[in-house]
Amino acid sequence: MPLTEIIRSAFRSIRANRMRALLTMLGVIVGVASVIALSAVGQASTDSVTQQVEALGSNLLTIMPGSASTSGVSLGAGSATTLVYSDAAAITANDPNVAQVAPLVQRSVQIVYGNSNTSTQLQGTTANYPLVKPTPVAQGRFFLPQEVTANAQVAVLGSQTAQTLFGFQSAVGQTIDLNGVPYTVIGVLAPEGSNGFQNLDDRVMIPITTAMNELTGSDVLNSIDVSATSQQDMALAQQEITSTLRNLHQLGPGEASDFRIMNQATILSTLQSVTQEMTDLLTGVAAISLVVGGIGIMNIMLVSVTERTREIGIRKAIGAKRSVIMAQFLVESVVLSVGGGLIGVVLGGGGAAIAGIVLHKSGLVSLSAVLLSVGFAIVIGVVFGVYPARKASALHPIEALRYE
Amino acid sequence: MSHEALSQPIIRMQDIIREYVVGGEVMRALNGVTLSILRNEFVAIMGPSGSGKSTTMNIMGCLDRPTAGDYQIDGNSVSALQEDELAQLRNMKIGFIFQNFNLLARTTALENVELPMMYAGVPPKERRERATEALIRIGLQDRLHNRPNELSGGQQQRVSIARALVNRPVLLLADEPTGALDTRNTAEILALFEDLHAQGNTVVIVTHENEVGAHAKRIIRFRDGCIESDTANGAMVMTHATD
Repeated sequence: MPLTEIIRSAFRSIRANRMRALLTMLGVIVGVASVIALSAVGQASTDSVTQQVEALGSNLLTIMPGSASTSGVSLGAGSATTLVYSDAAAITANDPNVAQVAPLVQRSVQIVYGNSNTSTQLQGTTANYPLVKPTPVAQGRFFLPQEVTANAQVAVLGSQTAQTLFGFQSAVGQTIDLNGVPYTVIGVLAPEGSNGFQNLDDRVMIPITTAMNELTGSDVLNSIDVSATSQQDMALAQQEITSTLRNLHQLGPGEASDFRIMNQATILSTLQSVTQEMTDLLTGVAAISLVVGGIGIMNIMLVSVTERTREIGIRKAIGAKRSVIMAQFLVESVVLSVGGGLIGVVLGGGGAAIAGIVLHKSGLVSLSAVLLSVGFAIVIGVVFGVYPARKASALHPIEALRYE
Repeated sequence: MSHEALSQPIIRMQDIIREYVVGGEVMRALNGVTLSILRNEFVAIMGPSGSGKSTTMNIMGCLDRPTAGDYQIDGNSVSALQEDELAQLRNMKIGFIFQNFNLLARTTALENVELPMMYAGVPPKERRERATEALIRIGLQDRLHNRPNELSGGQQQRVSIARALVNRPVLLLADEPTGALDTRNTAEILALFEDLHAQGNTVVIVTHENEVGAHAKRIIRFRDGCIESDTANGAMVMTHATD
């Protein structure tokens, strides 16, 4: 008996019980739809984490001082004063896999402009800082290398800081007062939001030389941001920096480093693996519902075999072989599971598309999730269809014919 | 066809014994049945319930296998066959007609008649033609696309007869074919059987009604798992006395 006939007869018996077929498929529909929708949501969150981390700068390494300790009590990372301005110069001079070096001094300061007065984070750095960490300027400009060399009293404001001080009036060209010293505002940064650690819109940036001379009075740095020449060279750059700094700080072979290097790639891969695990977990839970859907199909197929015992008897009496009866019921359960799978794809894809519109993302539905879940649905139809189909094919024709 | 082939029996049962195990006890439903049915015979198998006539019919129809003894249909020995081989024999050699018609519900008359040919692997076009032809021959040309629930009892039994005939079997095996029909339909169906017999078909009807049995040319009566009598045209031809 050809497969097309078997498929036709499967559709006929499914059509005869439309409501029941739909309810049977529901388990698979929900399973497939949730696998697709959840993997799409997972993909979206992985993308957004990647985007956020990459917005911090490309091929970024951040060098932080080690933790100082007083009488054996650690004061926490970054508390030591082991990183100095000359370290940055040494890295620039010695390490070929390092592209850009931007040392950073941070303090909290009071800014005064006329009657306005705000407390914010001051960042003293060099002119190449925007090359290490993307720092888009909305109005005016960032400071220049010669201004850094010349200890120029110029400042670039975060968008929120500028708004607090100047309202809707232009800040560029105005003079502000930082801890009693006047600075000319030469630029305002574009709004960036948070990088996950601090609010990038509430800060004031000045040349690092000025910051060290006027505000901190020392050459101690809070961190050095470094960009490697390429993504592949990050590990190499990290090794070079480590050896340069260990030499400079005169650390013996057994001594612990008095600084730490945070590798953006490491952070990124850690975060990505966390979101990936979350996605896998969600998808796994959804896959369990697919299995439950499969059990639902088996349940209904068993009921169907019992209901159609007489039909099976008739078919056997007029010459249906075991394999034909088996195929008939197996095809029926596969049709149910595949039908459920396809409806699930439509619903899950629709859900993901709506999520995409809300999250302003496109292409969230991955072909692999669709193929995987539909493939899984087919497997489930076969696996959970085998037992009822075997049961049907094993019926004895006389007993099946006698069944009322 | 040679003379030997013509005279060879369609059905040959030799010392058939069928035992069932019911609740740990062996029940002997057939106790040494020997009979032959020749081509183009019209036989009624009769007897009270429990006499073994249904068991005989099941074995004759290759739905069941004997516990002991030899059974041949159209020269094929059945005792050693596997389930699928039996299915094939049923498909090609036997046309079943049941008391309650046993048509597939939700399936048109035409499709019901096509079913045995589908299992035999007949191509769709030829299948449709032969099924249509079979239904026309028994007077159901207006009912090709009706489903069983849209047909009367007599019409349903005609469809099942068409289905039984369509693979050109060597034996038409009817189990109480008029048991669910009224007097008028009973007469029509019995007349149809006589026609089929006149056209050269071999017909075996299992029944407990004497009026039905009277249409046959030979009556085999069963009692207690044995053949009680085997008579032709109401006249006794031979008796298998068993002790």
